[in-house]
Amino acid sequence: MMMSSEVEFSQKFEITGGDFSSAGRTSTSIKEILKEIGIDSSIIIRASIASYEAEMNVVMYAKRGVLTLNITPEKLRFKLEDEGSGIENIEMAMQEGFSTATDEMREMGFGAGMGLPNIKKNADKFEISSTPGKGTSLDIIFCLDKTGKK
Amino acid sequence: MKCMRVCPTQAIRVRGGKARIIEEKCIDCGECITACPHGAIVPLTDPFGELSKFRHTVAIPSPAMYAQFGREILPEKILSGIKKLGFDDAFDLALTCGEVSFAIQEYLREYKGPKPLISNACPAVVRLVQVKYPELIDQIIPIEPPRELAAREVKKKKSNQLKLKEKDIGTFYLTPCPVKMISIKQPAEKGKSYLDGAISISDIYGPLLSALDSTEKGSYRKALENICILGLGWAMDGGICRTLRLKNCLAVSGLADILKVFDDIERGTLRNIDFIEAYSCRQGCVGGSLTVENVYISYNKILKLIETLEYEQIKACPDIREVRKLYNQKYFFIKGKFEPRPLTPLDSDLAKAIKKRKEKEEIYESLPKIDCGACGAPTCITFAEDVVRGEAELADCIFNLPQKFKELSQEFSELINRPDLLSQSKSDSKKTSKKGKAIK
Repeated sequence: MMMSSEVEFSQKFEITGGDFSSAGRTSTSIKEILKEIGIDSSIIIRASIASYEAEMNVVMYAKRGVLTLNITPEKLRFKLEDEGSGIENIEMAMQEGFSTATDEMREMGFGAGMGLPNIKKNADKFEISSTPGKGTSLDIIFCLDKTGKK
Repeated sequence: MKCMRVCPTQAIRVRGGKARIIEEKCIDCGECITACPHGAIVPLTDPFGELSKFRHTVAIPSPAMYAQFGREILPEKILSGIKKLGFDDAFDLALTCGEVSFAIQEYLREYKGPKPLISNACPAVVRLVQVKYPELIDQIIPIEPPRELAAREVKKKKSNQLKLKEKDIGTFYLTPCPVKMISIKQPAEKGKSYLDGAISISDIYGPLLSALDSTEKGSYRKALENICILGLGWAMDGGICRTLRLKNCLAVSGLADILKVFDDIERGTLRNIDFIEAYSCRQGCVGGSLTVENVYISYNKILKLIETLEYEQIKACPDIREVRKLYNQKYFFIKGKFEPRPLTPLDSDLAKAIKKRKEKEEIYESLPKIDCGACGAPTCITFAEDVVRGEAELADCIFNLPQKFKELSQEFSELINRPDLLSQSKSDSKKTSKKGKAIK
């Protein structure tokens, strides 16, 4: 029963919608931070995939978004809030292969409809909520202490 | 300072007027050697004198050596020229390269794991993966690079032929870059190299030119027909794929671009690519810092030679059935295993590491973020990390100097204002201290 929960690192990353040239930068920075802290490499792989998909969702579908990285000895957490069109039907968006991406995005290799399902698959805990016309928020959690592992 | 800035893994610090390389971070790419205007960083290649330690010596020139000459002087002539320089024999590495190309093809065919596979031809790339991309370590092809394989076989064959011990046969790689020299002294997979040393192409180029004049003229066509086209591919970026006619390949060169592509692999966004040829030097081994010819010219020379062979439909390659047989006997595989060499985290204790990472961010926020390098670290963020790790002090940043100056002058003025020390000229000292502040 240590007071370790007081130990906390958090950082905010701003993501601009439509900015494909710097897309991926946020997830690369996050990966570097996780490595410096010495997070287990199998968790880093899962977390990198999830943060990249989350970042790309903002780049592709929203105006702007903020990803908040939060690390404590117990868990690693990404909270993402974006301003944009939101998601009409979350159930549908969570299905593999479903996508509202434009042809141009598909041309670039995006929009395979794997983003959200991929985040869910890699995270230990995943929550999504959305208000159509306003935006979407994601809560992605990875357990760090060995006992809490799924 | 230049070396510090070009280092792709931020492994150099300049402190006390001297550049120091942090070994853990260094991938031996040699960028600093090329960048240093004073020649202060010297690659470790072997002098010619090393040859006398062995009873029989064999030179194994990198195909990048052939690229120095192109179509004008063919490999056969180059090899006989090298023999005149004091080696007992010269071995055509292109043939071994060809075998290894086929072996890679076999490996690609039967491999089922995550893709793309990464060529291990460039030792700097292997080290980069070990240090920066440990997650990708199993995607490095575990087949001996041609230079090692050739040295292994040369030693075996020659010791049989000449009734000598293997250690009496000296195998010397003629290298286009310092990295391969280091890979002989400290192999990435922790085993022992089969090569006994390396001599830089630039050191041997001059003597070789004069030796070439006196070699006898053979038939050009015949010499052409002896060239293994697959082997020439190893001198240039993209050459392995081109000569094997592999699809779904990617050729990348230059560390900055490799970092970008490897980031994409890690994110899983690089789809439909089976195999990556990556070289830390631009354009591949022809761009090595120990070559003589301009990189674009030698690239062009080797390309023209490959095109000529393609046009003439000359292959002179190893028998693929023979290669498959050897492949199944595990002839091509490396002895050891590539192990990751991830950087030490800020602390081995997770809670402490998180705290230190937070401190690092706070320090970074207080810094000017212009990466001036005056503190001796390449960027403000690396400086912040050095401070957290206890390897630098905040005051090393010149932007913290005015603050430190202020503190010192305050201390000083307090000192001279102390009545027990200087009671008589209180008003004077106040003036000076004010003046001092105004100047700042």
